[in-house]
Amino acid sequence: MSNEANIQRTLRRGLVVGVLMFGFGFALVPLYDIICEVAGINGKTSTTAYQGASVVDESREVRVIFMSVNGGSMPWRFRPETTEMTVTPGKVYETAYLAENMTSRDLVAQAVPSVSPGYAAVHMNKIECFCFEQQPLAGGEDTRMPLRFMVDADLPDSVRAITLNYTLFDITDKVVGETAAR
Amino acid sequence: MRFWIILMSLLTTPAAWAAWDVNMRQGVTEISQAVYGLHMTIFWVCVAIGVVVFGVMFYSIYHHRKSRGAVSDTFHESTKLEIIWTGIPFLILVAMCVPATKVLIQMYDASDSDIDIKVVGYQWKWSYEYLGQDLGNGDNLAYFSNLSTPRAEVYNEAPKNPNYLLEVDEPLVIPANKKVRFLITANDVIHAFWVPDFAVKKDAIPGFVNEAWTIVPEPGIYRGQCAELCGEAHGYMPIVVKVVPEDEYVAWVDNKKQQIAQARGITPSVAHR
Amino acid sequence: MSAVIDNHTHDHHGPKKGFMRWILTTNHKDIGAMYLWFSFAMFFVGGAFALVIRSELFQPGLQMVEPEFFNQMTTMHGLIMVFGAVMPAFVGLANWLIPVMIGAPDMALPRLNNWSFWLLPFSFAILLSSLFMEGGGANYGWTFYAPLSTTYAPPSVTFFIFAMHLMGVSSIMGSINIIATIFNMRAPGMTLMKMPMFVWSWLITSYLLVAVIPVLAGVITMMLMDINFGTSFFDAAGGGDPVLFQHVFWFFGHPEVYIMILPAFGIVSHIIPAFARKTLFGYSSMVYATSSIAFLSFIVWAHHMFTVGIPLVGELFFMYATMLIAVPTGVKVFNWVTTMFRGSMTFETPMLFAIAFVVLFTIGGFSGLMLAVAPADFQYHDTYFVVAHFHYVLVPGAIFAIFAAMYYWLPKMTGNMYPEWLGKLHFWLSFVGMNLTFFPMHFIGLAGMPRRIPDYNMQFADFNMVASVGAFAFGITQLIFLAVVVITIRGGKKAEAKSWEGADGLEWSLPSPAPYHSFSTPPEVK
Ligand code: HEM
Ligand SMILES: [Cu+2]
Ligand SMILES: [Cu+2]
Repeated sequence: MSNEANIQRTLRRGLVVGVLMFGFGFALVPLYDIICEVAGINGKTSTTAYQGASVVDESREVRVIFMSVNGGSMPWRFRPETTEMTVTPGKVYETAYLAENMTSRDLVAQAVPSVSPGYAAVHMNKIECFCFEQQPLAGGEDTRMPLRFMVDADLPDSVRAITLNYTLFDITDKVVGETAAR
Repeated sequence: MRFWIILMSLLTTPAAWAAWDVNMRQGVTEISQAVYGLHMTIFWVCVAIGVVVFGVMFYSIYHHRKSRGAVSDTFHESTKLEIIWTGIPFLILVAMCVPATKVLIQMYDASDSDIDIKVVGYQWKWSYEYLGQDLGNGDNLAYFSNLSTPRAEVYNEAPKNPNYLLEVDEPLVIPANKKVRFLITANDVIHAFWVPDFAVKKDAIPGFVNEAWTIVPEPGIYRGQCAELCGEAHGYMPIVVKVVPEDEYVAWVDNKKQQIAQARGITPSVAHR
Repeated sequence: MSAVIDNHTHDHHGPKKGFMRWILTTNHKDIGAMYLWFSFAMFFVGGAFALVIRSELFQPGLQMVEPEFFNQMTTMHGLIMVFGAVMPAFVGLANWLIPVMIGAPDMALPRLNNWSFWLLPFSFAILLSSLFMEGGGANYGWTFYAPLSTTYAPPSVTFFIFAMHLMGVSSIMGSINIIATIFNMRAPGMTLMKMPMFVWSWLITSYLLVAVIPVLAGVITMMLMDINFGTSFFDAAGGGDPVLFQHVFWFFGHPEVYIMILPAFGIVSHIIPAFARKTLFGYSSMVYATSSIAFLSFIVWAHHMFTVGIPLVGELFFMYATMLIAVPTGVKVFNWVTTMFRGSMTFETPMLFAIAFVVLFTIGGFSGLMLAVAPADFQYHDTYFVVAHFHYVLVPGAIFAIFAAMYYWLPKMTGNMYPEWLGKLHFWLSFVGMNLTFFPMHFIGLAGMPRRIPDYNMQFADFNMVASVGAFAFGITQLIFLAVVVITIRGGKKAEAKSWEGADGLEWSLPSPAPYHSFSTPPEVK
């Protein structure tokens, strides 16, 4: 009987499948990001500046609501310059977020954008955004962080209002840790 | 026989205990009532299937028992039967999907709203911010809403009031008959904003914004709770929504803004828009 | 004879004596028995935690424990019951029964088998010891959603992750062993479509395990990296996404819930025909239904996430897929009922548990169907209604099936018949206690009580009190089962080789108790 050989083969195959599925677990991470980006799941917007252009759709207007949230124990005062704008799809608009470091320590922040409804995220094109970079701010300082965006003319008609939210996180410890390690 | 009796009494007890709440709350909004309708539909579908399946089963248990002299048959397969009992449930479920899809589409309606409120979950309280209601310094009207049940009631040192654990110091105030959009997110861990009477339940996720909306026809006070485990005091961050007529709402906003501005020493430079 | 069997020709005449027998054993019956005892011990530990929960919830107000400890109890109860009680019990039954059902001398990989088992006590010792660590034990729920389980977790989370890894390795090894055994050790003539249903259900379950336990290992590894190595898989601040955690977790988690029920389907498919004295109706459709449940279980995971804000098309897809999975589940129930129809039934303890399984599991399936309706799930989600659902599929589902299996095969394992009256008493008290505990939870949930809270408003008080009374009744009743097992091992009426009139299968061709080495010469299957 070559049973022993067969058993060893089943064992090897099982282990390979196990290892592959472990890898698959990790592969879900980039896979998920791609799906999110394509389908706009979870309101994630692109992390790089938008390059393209779009036709202008004069026939309708869309309300854009700006929102800000402080994540964790972030001590800055952080808010949009205007709370909302009425925009024409395809046209480029500019606004800004204001931040003020209320402590005496120098801190680094990262703003994380999120759009609602989620599927509108792919149509919210940011030409310039402070969220593309980390934002250092010395203790007691304030800053105006510009945002240039355009709502795509492809935005489904059913969407009459888009919310753009930024959550500001304190990442000073992470950044300091990295530079110290270097 | 004993099995029968126990099972039957079990199935009929809900009716006998009518004083005790056994069913879903209908709620007060169009959506919550549509959801209640779906709930009852699928419930009766299940009851109907259950009656047939358990009916056949208890019939056999009674009649086809060895003690009654039953002799077992030898049939053991039938493709026809398999197809029937794959097909019929399938069709029933397809039929069920139709109204469910309709309600879901209605819930996901993204048309514009009258009022936008930012809802942020914290460990362990909620904050509400009225977007566009400037205090005069660029900040919006915003406040925290904390559990107001006294510790003594929790630790059984004082009698519990009827709204035990479902009461807050500052309720969320919204006008009746207006479309209110909740923009929901969190500061630390995941929470969930739930008001059963509106059939609104959405997770509050740090870094991400979710939305939900409601139109409440009836003024009143509606109570809910955080619906996602968020740590130690997860059971102690209720949601109380006070729905008032529109004019009362406008007055409340003005008053509240003044109150907060005064407390924080802001001189209102911009009148409310 | 093959090399595998040569491995232990030295103990061909019976087990070693003393304690070392159990530590070094490679015998499938010894290992199966150890799994079952381990599972039974964990069942009591998890049950004790449940009783802490239920005594706190007996009345509104805090009486027994603080909220932080309450959260540790709910978390540990869930983890211990799922990974420590239900899964090892099924693995134990698989070890004991599969070789005797397919006419093999032992499992294909006996030494791996020993290793798989011995990882478990260490895994759960570590998990339980975390309760005594600084900052307390796991308190983030058995679903351990990030960032509550990462950034905001107590320091003991690293030990939790390590324990889960050990448990995972054990499960994967165990299931590879089962696959290898089923594929390579069947008696001549036993084709796949002649295999007993329990073997079929375990073959499919093993595939599920090998496919999804590594994904669980992946997700906890990511947590470990987020906590200790500064990555941001689930941390929004670093570009990660907490919702990703839930997708990966439930990609494992939904198949996991079927892992806990498919072997139960197999068990019931043996017991109902045996006591109806009639062949299982629709054998091949049972195999197909089980396979399609396993397949569909990979594409329904987001029904646990209807409220996280997935887009409309996503919600619709997962709603339809979830409803679809109810169809093959229904087919199984219809087949069991038709097996009983025109049978010649008697109602010994295994049959009582099997019938209760069919009825009560179906009730759990009904509430599952209700939960599948996404808009309605907005009201049900994270309430006691969900708690009622999964306890209906797991307690009278998985656990009643395990009891049924123990009563059914105990004569084969011990050589003695159990005291029937005690078995019946155990059944009826369990049946009443279980329903008293979990049926009112439907009502509490519909009335609006969230799950995982230590305290509640008075409007939920009455049914909570009923549930707590039921829980204590159910919990204490399980001591009867302990008594049954001990009594039966120590003596009793001698069991015949074929212990039940209607029993069918190779295991009944062996004497009772089954010899230490099952089939030294493979039987011929016609
Ligand atoms: C007819 C088949 C079933 C359907 C349609 C179904 C559907 C569902 C749905 C939609 C949920 C999510 C509820 C929510 O969190 O809002 C759920 C939860 C759950 N189901 Fe089922 N289910 C079925 C069978 C089963 C079986 C057989 C088991 C296990 C033996 C099971 C175990 C669970 C568990 C453990 C949870 C809760 C997980 C948690 O959040 O802790 N279900 N089920
Ligand atoms: Cu919470
Ligand atoms: Cu599931």
